[in-house]
Amino acid sequence: MCALCGSLGGDEHWTDAVARDGVFTRNRDSARRRLERARRVEVANRVLKLYGLRLSDWQGTSFLLSTFTGKSEMVGDLGHLWAAAERLSGRACDPLDPDFLSRLDADD
Amino acid sequence: MPMTEAPPAFTPVTLLTGFLGSGKTTLLRRLLADPALADTAVIINEFGEVALDHLLVERLDEDTVLLGSGCVCCTVRGELAATMRDLHSRRERGDVPMFRRLVIESTGLADPFPVLSTLRADPVLRHHFTAAGVVTTVDAVNGLAQLDRYVESMRQAAIADTIALTKTDIADPTASEALLARLQAINPAAPVLRVAERRLPVDALLRAGGNPFRAVAEPDGAAAHAKARAFSIVVDEPLDWSTFGIWLAMLLNRHGNRILRVKGLLALQGEARPVAVHGVQHLVHAPTHLQEWPDADRRSRLVFIVEGIDPDLIRRSFAAFARLGSAAAAALVSA
Repeated sequence: MCALCGSLGGDEHWTDAVARDGVFTRNRDSARRRLERARRVEVANRVLKLYGLRLSDWQGTSFLLSTFTGKSEMVGDLGHLWAAAERLSGRACDPLDPDFLSRLDADD
Repeated sequence: MPMTEAPPAFTPVTLLTGFLGSGKTTLLRRLLADPALADTAVIINEFGEVALDHLLVERLDEDTVLLGSGCVCCTVRGELAATMRDLHSRRERGDVPMFRRLVIESTGLADPFPVLSTLRADPVLRHHFTAAGVVTTVDAVNGLAQLDRYVESMRQAAIADTIALTKTDIADPTASEALLARLQAINPAAPVLRVAERRLPVDALLRAGGNPFRAVAEPDGAAAHAKARAFSIVVDEPLDWSTFGIWLAMLLNRHGNRILRVKGLLALQGEARPVAVHGVQHLVHAPTHLQEWPDADRRSRLVFIVEGIDPDLIRRSFAAFARLGSAAAAALVSA
């Protein structure tokens, strides 16, 4: 189900495409799927911490996005991550914001 | 075509769009007269002045509206989804002739994005139909003025997989050259086919989504469009897929309505074959794993068509995330 719309059937995000002929996905077997989720959590947290947020895997099926004070929201896929991050942080998560990019560079 | 033949697993859907009076229906009528399109169903928005003599033409109700959903990616044109579901159902029952392709003609002022998002967001349609490409008609007589004056016209040209140049037989050749330069600036990856000639390049038009990836040259200042511009990012090192996904999802969440098009051929860490990504505004299609590189160049190439965004900001952001991805990968290895 789409977390934002509540529409049944949901939406297949392009980063979690169902394995089928010709499609590139790491959603093909459980080992690759787990590894990919771990990588996403690692990468996303390096960005999210600049907004006071933290992401964790939730039972291999969803992600749990939390503020440092404990407010949290379930996120199904990357398609909904940034909208949820903006709701929880109350800020625009803009990857083109020069201030954000400077902080990201300084954090390397 | 015999009724016993099975329909394709995914019926390709070509979206035919173009500004008011740019010759969409005339082109459609000519296409449908070609034997190659004998097994094509057509959905049109309104019956225009040009009669369509074809077995399978469905009309959409004019007074239906977009269903405003919670997120833009799930925007569904309810009447389009209903018409396509009905066509699919009738084909399954044998109530309509077998069709193996669907062409949707949009209205001249329509934003094509909701049509594409309907294909993916509808839980039934996405299992039976696939976006095959966008063909945009551009009028060689009035196209230049329309591109500059109407944002709808510019967006239709920007998202095209193929541009069908109409009315070249009655256009001033000098004006046509200026129009071609402007189209090249807005959407350099889309081939421009002249369709006014007697022989219609049917194969090239229908292959829209299957055009080989083309790297783009930066448009020069004289031809540049005031609002839309195309640029490319070329990367020497293989990309980290996880980081790329997080970055592009973040970018489209905030700027998707101004990123008219993103198209990429990616060399990914851990993958021998290239991966193609292809997006229109907020919507990115399922990435495809290509059998081989199209040429000797093994670098990742991304082409963006943006409206009112400084390309240098996107380049800077992409580079910052690439560095972040390398650091994250190193941290995971050492963990």
